[in-house]
Amino acid sequence: MRGTGTATTRGIGVVALACMAWVVWGGLVATPRDVVQGDAVRIMYVHVPSAWVAYLAFVVTAVASAGLLFGPRRSLGFDRVAGASAEVGVLFMGLTLVTGSLWGRITWGEFWQWDPRLTTTAFLFVTYLGYLAVRGLDGAPEQRARRAAVVALLAVLEIPLVHFSVVLWRSLHQRASVLDPGGDVKLDDLMLFTLFVGVVAFTCLYTWLVLHRSRLAALVEVAGRGELDRAIAARRAEAGA
Amino acid sequence: MKGGLVWAVAARDLRAEARARVTTNQVLPFAGLVMVTFALALDREEVLQRTAGGLVWLATTFSLFVLVQRAFAIETADRALDALRVAGVDLGRVYLGKSIALMVQLFVLECVLVPVAVVLYRVRVDAPGAVLLVTTMICATTGLALVGTLYGGLTVGGAGRETLLPLLVLPVVAPVLIAATRATESALRSGGAAVSEGWAWVGLLAVFAAAFGIAGTLAFGALVDE
Repeated sequence: MRGTGTATTRGIGVVALACMAWVVWGGLVATPRDVVQGDAVRIMYVHVPSAWVAYLAFVVTAVASAGLLFGPRRSLGFDRVAGASAEVGVLFMGLTLVTGSLWGRITWGEFWQWDPRLTTTAFLFVTYLGYLAVRGLDGAPEQRARRAAVVALLAVLEIPLVHFSVVLWRSLHQRASVLDPGGDVKLDDLMLFTLFVGVVAFTCLYTWLVLHRSRLAALVEVAGRGELDRAIAARRAEAGA
Repeated sequence: MKGGLVWAVAARDLRAEARARVTTNQVLPFAGLVMVTFALALDREEVLQRTAGGLVWLATTFSLFVLVQRAFAIETADRALDALRVAGVDLGRVYLGKSIALMVQLFVLECVLVPVAVVLYRVRVDAPGAVLLVTTMICATTGLALVGTLYGGLTVGGAGRETLLPLLVLPVVAPVLIAATRATESALRSGGAAVSEGWAWVGLLAVFAAAFGIAGTLAFGALVDE
């Protein structure tokens, strides 16, 4: 059986590794400390790219789900991409929340603030955990794919409503006081460049993971079908013998 | 006859409830118990008075999960939903009918929980506050029932699906919880809130209910289809 790697994924993997190496060196050594935040600013080189990838992943999931439901070719390939993207997205959203609260502990003295963006991100995280749980439900492949796609599109409807209500909730009770991300950080050229390389690195890593994961899902399906055939053949052989 | 289907399904669900009396005999006492438990957990009268609005809506949300599971248990027991599907009816209308039945039950539940809050948490309601409160209850209940019924469709058929319901529903109804809590706090004047502040939240509740009413009617069929 063939693997999930191709020349394309190997190329993407090499680019991701090279960019990661730059981010490690650039983020930890080459870039200066921030005047206000000190070394805590270095978390940004991981935090911002992982947040970007997390949101990108959920957009891809939504687009692939729409493709499955409304596209001209309702192929299950859309479903595999949607599922792979959501899995990787949940991973990076978890990373975003962890790096964000570490940064918050250093900068604000608290792991968590009820800031609209933070709260929305936490809700998004839980929503996609639910989406992955729905993907795990039993049923025929076509029906499972359709069900998951509908849940993914409902999440697209839900997130703006959650965000809007959380913004309203906070603004009426206390002015968003603490989190003004990047507001007091002066980014010089090297910092901006490192951040940009970080975004490229994480996007490549995301693409690499999604390609492998969706191909793996396809192989699992093929293997599953073959298993049934083999089991039937084995029983028949038993009956014959 | 097409509009009749919605009401027929709603009437059927309510008739089943009137005969089995699960809401009155089990869910209502459960919700009352939740209200008492909040008082035990929060302990102090001024905290209870301040948070009464949110506690009423939390107790309602917990009851929603129980009611949704009940609403779909009656579908699976005699394979009623399969029968409806075989009859070739539009599942979107079944969805609306079931939502209306759930809405009625939730509303009755809230009509009990608010006086319980008045007695246990010592909140006061005056006339302008009562108008806001009832409007909030209607709009929020509509949203909760629509979302609950929509995701409840996923729990039909297949073992181990019941536990999925709160995970799916809670993030979605977060806007309802926030808006209904704030509007109710205005109606009860908790923490010096004015009644006028509450009406903006009612607007949000109405938008939410409309959005999920449309989305749910379109999506329900795909979620229950086996």
